[in-house]
Amino acid sequence: MTALTAGRGPRFARGGALLRAREVGIGVVLLAVFGVTTLHNHHFANANSVQQLLSGAALIAMLGVGETLVIVTRNVDLSVGSVVGLSAYIVGDLFSHHHGMPVILGFVVGIAVGAVIGAVNGFITAALRVPSLVVTLAMLYIIRGIDGLVVNGVIIVPSSIPNAYVAIGFRTFLGIPWLALIAAAVVAIVAYAMRSFRSGRDLYAIGSNPEAAALAGVPTARRVFSAFVISGALAGLAGALFLALHAEVDVTAGTGYELLVVAAVVVGGVAIFGGNGTVVGAALGALLLNTINQALVASRVSAFWNEAIAGALLLLAIAFDRWLSLRVARRLRSAEGAHRDI
Amino acid sequence: MTSEPATQAPGQRAYTGTDTSRQARWRGALRWESGLVVVLIATLIFGTARSSDFLNTTTLFYVGLNMGEIAIMALPLMFIVMTGEIDLSVASMLGLSGCVMGQLHADGWPIGLAMVAALVVGALGGALNGALVARLGLPSIAVTIGTLTLFRGLAEIILGARTITNFPTSLTNIGVVPVPGTQLSYSALIFLVLAIIFGVVLHGTRAGRAIVATGLAPEAAQFAGIRVNRVKFGLFVLSGVLCAFAGILFTLKNASVSYDAGTGLELNVVAIVLFGGVSIFGGRGTVIGVVLSVIIFGTLQQVLTQMQVQPEVQNIIIGGLLLASVILPNGGEAVRRLRARLRKAPSLARAPSLAHSPSSSDTSLKPEEKNQ
Repeated sequence: MTALTAGRGPRFARGGALLRAREVGIGVVLLAVFGVTTLHNHHFANANSVQQLLSGAALIAMLGVGETLVIVTRNVDLSVGSVVGLSAYIVGDLFSHHHGMPVILGFVVGIAVGAVIGAVNGFITAALRVPSLVVTLAMLYIIRGIDGLVVNGVIIVPSSIPNAYVAIGFRTFLGIPWLALIAAAVVAIVAYAMRSFRSGRDLYAIGSNPEAAALAGVPTARRVFSAFVISGALAGLAGALFLALHAEVDVTAGTGYELLVVAAVVVGGVAIFGGNGTVVGAALGALLLNTINQALVASRVSAFWNEAIAGALLLLAIAFDRWLSLRVARRLRSAEGAHRDI
Repeated sequence: MTSEPATQAPGQRAYTGTDTSRQARWRGALRWESGLVVVLIATLIFGTARSSDFLNTTTLFYVGLNMGEIAIMALPLMFIVMTGEIDLSVASMLGLSGCVMGQLHADGWPIGLAMVAALVVGALGGALNGALVARLGLPSIAVTIGTLTLFRGLAEIILGARTITNFPTSLTNIGVVPVPGTQLSYSALIFLVLAIIFGVVLHGTRAGRAIVATGLAPEAAQFAGIRVNRVKFGLFVLSGVLCAFAGILFTLKNASVSYDAGTGLELNVVAIVLFGGVSIFGGRGTVIGVVLSVIIFGTLQQVLTQMQVQPEVQNIIIGGLLLASVILPNGGEAVRRLRARLRKAPSLARAPSLAHSPSSSDTSLKPEEKNQ
């Protein structure tokens, strides 16, 4: 599983095709869920419902992109949910005090808030070499606490946000919601960087084998730091978009997103132990989870079933991923000898 | 490119894997527990300074009442973390078991039988985690995020939006009165008894050594005759049962249960275990550290609540303590590394592998495997 993307040979030979097949697989499941649900309830396929679906998935997909960067390096970022909440509130608070503030400034502030927190995560993890699971778990508490102090019982209400900003949450272009377009742009840019930039490939090298990557001259600490900063910045952006989408922010905004995002990323085929997976897969994973949730609602399955089904699906996805990687490993081994590290 | 690290790595592994580094680890662990004692004493002094009647029996009762279930869940989680795995589904299991008990009791089952059923559900849930992790070899963090959602979802299916309240008063009294003759809540007393058992097992028996060995070097443990997968499977089942038990106590204490009971508590449990000095990479930790950690969290929470500190600040303090618990032990190493880097260039190449030594328990055997 790790050798797949780290070694150059296998990736471009059979591994590449199989990885692509993985994303195709998620796509097929996605279409199947969509098709079956539409047969049950044709309102599911109408423009309005699809737009809602895409907008909801866009936030998680964007968080999934950042989370993928971090997880690929064998780390994890559990603070994203708290960052979304804090960023959404700070941007909303700014707008309610300076009503005429340009819309773009909202995004800039959101991204900046997230990037600063990401830099703290990244510095502690990379420079002090502390396990990221613990660091970001601690940051989850700390940021949520700061969020609570900042909010201090004053909720952001729709009337305090400029109309132009709220419009981002529901306006569409060629029938596609702006949120989905923004998320798609983020996915495309990061996917290209992860595929073709040296720094992007370095992330896979670090996740496959940190020691080997360091010996090969990869600046591991700097790359891990950058991954956390980008993850934080994207969480900050997602917070700004959360504000646009919901137009209402209280202290619970973004609570529990961290596990949702990790679930989406894992369903999207990103290996939790690093070294493997793509941001496209992660985004599709987010879309799939969101589609299933909506499909359950549209099929008039009791809402109480949603969570159990999502959990079962996640377990299936992990098991399937394991099965797939074992198969790939067996093929690689027979193809080019015992150069495996699992 | 692949052959170069393979030939270099074994030499470096031999360096990090020697006895000296393990001694250093144990010394670090001892220091950590003494540090916890200092923190605890500081908290108590602080609490007493703020209000003269802080150190009384009522405080003791409420600390125990607030922390009991979390503390009970922390013990099996500690063992799981020591084997290098994690269980994030603990709080969902707490909720699910409460819902099972509540629903069955509402259906007319005798309360004793409903409790047994809840424990069985706990064992089954733990077995599911264990099978996926130990048998199929899936990463426990991903599996237990999945079962966290699944168990909570099952609880939601069982109770929906309902809340069940009509439990026998004789049992719900555990949320109001202490154990006769003491000032401890029932959950706290049960935790202390369990902690003694866990301590004896971990530090004094073959099974305990098997857990430590599994965490330090799974492959070596396997070759030494320890059935690593069976150990892990057993621990997940144990965790399921004890979390279900904590769920029963939690439900009776509150005298009510709804599907979202205990949501998010998993993070508190993990924080307590890690703050107690248990290494997230496995193989290192002491029961006394976890017990101290529980007492510190409980006392601190009580002090801060009595001072009417907002819950937000309490969150920040919990997070800060957790951060400190990982930064402090690594801080010295980071400073040493920085100094080495400043002194001379050649040490640069060695710095990364040295620094990864605490984190290498999961990867440390890979080079050897490559050599085979």
